[in-house]
Amino acid sequence: MIRVQEADFDIAAELARLTGGRTDLGAIVTFTGAVRQGAGDDKIEEMTLEHYPGMTEGELERVEAEARSRWPLAASLVIHRYGRLEPGDNIVLVITASAHRKAAFEAAEFLMDYLKTSAPFWKREVSGGNARWVEARASDDADARRWTAPDKAAE
Amino acid sequence: MTVKLLYFAWVREQTGISEETIELPGEIDTVSDLMTWLKARGPEFAAAFDKSDVIRAAVDQTHVAHDARVADANEIAFFPPVTGG
Repeated sequence: MIRVQEADFDIAAELARLTGGRTDLGAIVTFTGAVRQGAGDDKIEEMTLEHYPGMTEGELERVEAEARSRWPLAASLVIHRYGRLEPGDNIVLVITASAHRKAAFEAAEFLMDYLKTSAPFWKREVSGGNARWVEARASDDADARRWTAPDKAAE
Repeated sequence: MTVKLLYFAWVREQTGISEETIELPGEIDTVSDLMTWLKARGPEFAAAFDKSDVIRAAVDQTHVAHDARVADANEIAFFPPVTGG
């Protein structure tokens, strides 16, 4: 299940809704991404997340389907926020549940790596009163690539 | 053929518009051709597409390479590399 929303999410409520009453889940991984304030020249006052309505949902669904085809997940959830956010605010929630921990851990990491390089979101930070678009990081591309080239990742 | 064009993040800021519908000129085959054509429309578009090699494109909401064909597209979007998550 995926959701794109402006409002904050309640991690405990989302977890309960996804996994409540189920007895087949031996491992549940919850990842939350939050707005980092930074320090010095990188210290930010606020951030705005722009996205591409329609394609965002499509990409998140595609990435979630890919995760579910690679690992035996019993349940999964991705929530990504957009709009104006402040340091400490939640940005993204990923929950993966499986019978065993390896699949849940790996799938959660895969979902984050893949959505960071494919879901059409753009961060605009305000720092010292000046707005700037956050630049994509080469390390994020490398993180996503390791899932497509397992031989390389092992080196 | 008419096609809807969308611009996001700094591409949107530089073009000054978030979307428009255009009549796609017949000589345009690929995303790359379209960016070259857009660049010639005026100073805002020239600035927006100046570093066209870093701009990403989506055709009908699917990521594509610059050599992708646009003949049957309904919607083409241009944007910087994504920075969500």
